[in-house]
Amino acid sequence: MKIGRRDFLSFVIGGAAGTALSPLPWKLMDDVSIWTQMWPWTPVPENGEASYINSVCTLCPGRCGITVRKIGNRAVKIEGMEGYPVNDGGLCLLGLSGLQLLYGPTRVKSPLKRSGKRGQGKWERISWKEAISKIVEKLGELRTKGRPHTVGVISGSDRGTVGHLIERFLTAYGSPNFFRMASVRDSYELTLHTMQGVQAFPGFDFENADFILSFGSDIIDGWGSPVRMMRANSAWKSAGVKVIQIESRLSNTAAKSDKWIPINPGTEAALAMGLAHVMIKESLYDTGFISNDADRFDDWKQLVINKYSPDSVAAITGIDAGTIVVMARRFAHASRPLAICGRGNGTHPVSLTECMAVHALNALTGNINKKGGIFAVADPDYIHWPEIDMDATAAVGMQHERLDGAGSRKYPSSRYLLNRLPKSILSEALYPLESLFITDANPLYTLMDTQDTQKAFEKVPFVVSFSSYMDETARQADLILPNHVYLERYEDVPMPFGMVHPVIGLAKPVVKPQLNTKHVGDVIVEIAKGLGGSVANTFPWKSYYSCLKETLGEKWETMVEKGFWSGSELMTQALKTSFDTVSGKFEFVDPDTGLKPQFKPVSIEGDERRYPLLLLPYDAIRLAGGHIGDPPFAVKTVEDVVLKHQDVFVEINPKTARAVGLNEGQYALLGTPIGTGKVRVHLFEGIMPGIVALPRGLGHTAYDDYLAGKGINVNTLIGPVEDPDSGMNAAWGIRAKLSKV
Amino acid sequence: MSTSDDHAKEMIKDAAHETAAQPSRKGTVQEQDKGSGGNIILFFVLGVFASLILGWIIFPKLLYSKKKQPIDFNHAFHISQVDNGCESCHFFRKDGTFSGVPKLEQCIDCHEEIQGIDPNEIKFVEDYVSKWRQVPWLIYSKQPNCVFFSHAAHIKGAHMDCVTCHGHIGESKSLKVYEQNRITGYSRDIWGESIAGFQKNTWDRMKMDDCAECHQRTAASIEKTGVKSPTHRYIDNIINVVSPWSLSTEKGDSVQTHRDACFVCHK
Repeated sequence: MKIGRRDFLSFVIGGAAGTALSPLPWKLMDDVSIWTQMWPWTPVPENGEASYINSVCTLCPGRCGITVRKIGNRAVKIEGMEGYPVNDGGLCLLGLSGLQLLYGPTRVKSPLKRSGKRGQGKWERISWKEAISKIVEKLGELRTKGRPHTVGVISGSDRGTVGHLIERFLTAYGSPNFFRMASVRDSYELTLHTMQGVQAFPGFDFENADFILSFGSDIIDGWGSPVRMMRANSAWKSAGVKVIQIESRLSNTAAKSDKWIPINPGTEAALAMGLAHVMIKESLYDTGFISNDADRFDDWKQLVINKYSPDSVAAITGIDAGTIVVMARRFAHASRPLAICGRGNGTHPVSLTECMAVHALNALTGNINKKGGIFAVADPDYIHWPEIDMDATAAVGMQHERLDGAGSRKYPSSRYLLNRLPKSILSEALYPLESLFITDANPLYTLMDTQDTQKAFEKVPFVVSFSSYMDETARQADLILPNHVYLERYEDVPMPFGMVHPVIGLAKPVVKPQLNTKHVGDVIVEIAKGLGGSVANTFPWKSYYSCLKETLGEKWETMVEKGFWSGSELMTQALKTSFDTVSGKFEFVDPDTGLKPQFKPVSIEGDERRYPLLLLPYDAIRLAGGHIGDPPFAVKTVEDVVLKHQDVFVEINPKTARAVGLNEGQYALLGTPIGTGKVRVHLFEGIMPGIVALPRGLGHTAYDDYLAGKGINVNTLIGPVEDPDSGMNAAWGIRAKLSKV
Repeated sequence: MSTSDDHAKEMIKDAAHETAAQPSRKGTVQEQDKGSGGNIILFFVLGVFASLILGWIIFPKLLYSKKKQPIDFNHAFHISQVDNGCESCHFFRKDGTFSGVPKLEQCIDCHEEIQGIDPNEIKFVEDYVSKWRQVPWLIYSKQPNCVFFSHAAHIKGAHMDCVTCHGHIGESKSLKVYEQNRITGYSRDIWGESIAGFQKNTWDRMKMDDCAECHQRTAASIEKTGVKSPTHRYIDNIINVVSPWSLSTEKGDSVQTHRDACFVCHK
């Protein structure tokens, strides 16, 4: 029998019919659908008994309490800690995505020594012993040469035992060059120092305030402690507390406020003065406070009355004079009003006079050190260590002026002026910086004028990073000594900026260190021991752990169990005494310098004819603009009118866009006096004409593929502007131009 | 150089060749046609049979790989040794979650040292207990990761018996071979022993249809009593998805209008 084409076809048809009558296609379909819904390569958390560990999140200065759920040895979920005084159960997007920073690919896996050129990305793995001995060798050499003051440390924080250990080390070693990353806290510290004579930072009793006047502070986009502020904002909504947001663009905060008042950028202080004018003219201030507790009010009053009438303020700020009068009356008539400043999320200072002007408004209502008002708060008083053993070398080293000029004759009361460091390194006006250590900070990304900072870094012969991640600064280092990430280490965490009542949180290891990392506190202790002599004597502890446990003393047990300690015994003098000035009263005018709260325009860079627009950076809660970059989960939430694929959008008013000839989504070149970058434009009615706004937190060149190369870093386009009264960077923007590509 | 006339002549020649060749070709085709009527049916039947054999017999054999459990466990013996039935080892944790297959921590009380001479016992103590390695048990009832299943809701809430879903495994003296689906990686017990999906007992299959079937029955009896909690409403929705015709739907009572319907059980 011959088998032909038709037989074959018949066989196939029979086969198809038979197959349809068999379970094969149906079962296969079912299995394939199960397979495609659960790709075998998708990681699945282990199933098992859950355990919970309380700790504190230190990814941003917000310092929230967290509860981490673990299955076996694996952390699987981070949640806000119930009952923690800062956030009581809430948590932000960055905090929720924290596990990606623990298990993600961007971590530095062991100590590294640079083997190629700086920034080339070629590294050699070394042992901890070798890494520490290299540092000891270098620091020993500088000390023998009598140049200990040429060593600098840039740190994200100066608080808690870690901050204190670093400062203690530098003092014993002989260098005054400890730099803290700047924020609006610096402006407030100096304001409280000037007007109230205390070394403290402000505590805002938001929970009890009944009227909020925000001079550009993005309350729900990360200002202060983000989760606390979001909760406060929700509470205000249900309690009917009014929020007035003064800002040049319609931020999330402005959109959620009761009234948004667009203002010419950089003129917030003028508005504060105008409000003061109305309050004084109409006698709407707290006369009791002014006559009993305030000094030199009349001096300042003259300035306010003469220079800041609603009409003249209207001309500066672009806000209608009638609105100013109404706003002042509403503010004054509230029983517990609060005025706050610090643009965006407050990661950059404002000029001293601006901060003083806003603070003076609080003083006019007498709402200082009172329920619902602003308090002067100092760090909880719990770190009591033996005296520092300073030898002659250290004493001589400490005599040198700081490289950033803080505490110098020019800026006697400023504590840290990191923005002035790059220029100082480049000019070598004082002395060269020979060695720089960076911890909990990423200055090559977060400092304004990245290019200048980069040049300054190139001039420093020995740069050491303690970063857990391969960030922009770590990439430019000679040595990386990776710190444990926050979920792997012990650390005491004092309450964040803006809190009134003292709290110390305890960050605890949630999991064992996953990689070959070491606690920066241990590294400092080991370096000190390696240097020997008086430096070693200053560090009597075996390890950071024993230092922490000893420091916390009887609080330790409670803190381990509960996660934090709070109590009135932690209150320091600053809270108990209202005003520590010579007069014992609130000073409206600085008794030493005669400086008054007023509007001094910050002269931002750029020629108006060449650069007809203004570029403002802005902060968004979905973009981490600090030293920690956005983890992948967070990047995914960024709207596509902010970031699309690799392109960032600038916000621009349709009117301005029309004038420049740009349409929605078009590519453009954004140029400023210090740099250019390719952007796309997003037409947005919520931004004042003549302004373009760019978000912070994008344009990373380091970290992983989920973050690097997306958009541009606004700090490469903006340079710092020195505030003549404080030396701080008061830049709020820069002149810019947009041209078609 | 050729002319159009030349072309025409060639074409006629070609045509003549073709007509000459045709008769013989025709002859073969006719012969084939004669015998193929029966062949076609035969091959059709062959095709049907072959595919039926493939689908019903060979396919299941190919689809599942056979794996042995690391240790042969005797449920019947253990259940005679404990007081609290299944829950002695498969217990609920304090937070209400179900512990599932026991870990070494539960076995260690009795098995710190070798009990008896059973080779499985010796293997267990030597390879796992003394090295503190968890036994990589193969779990017959493991559901896909996209499904939430709460034991507490069924055992504590609805007072169901373990046997309803897991069968009489508690009475078994040894563990059966674990048949792993080569595509999905899950056990054959989910789809059921019968490749056609037939079931005699409630524990024969563990697919979504089986959840729905039981929930449908329960929902029906609840409707009789008139008690209807939000949970039951969700359950109705699930049944709506699986068999939309089975529930009497009120106006607007659909999956679309009741949010979270799928997400009660599916992630």
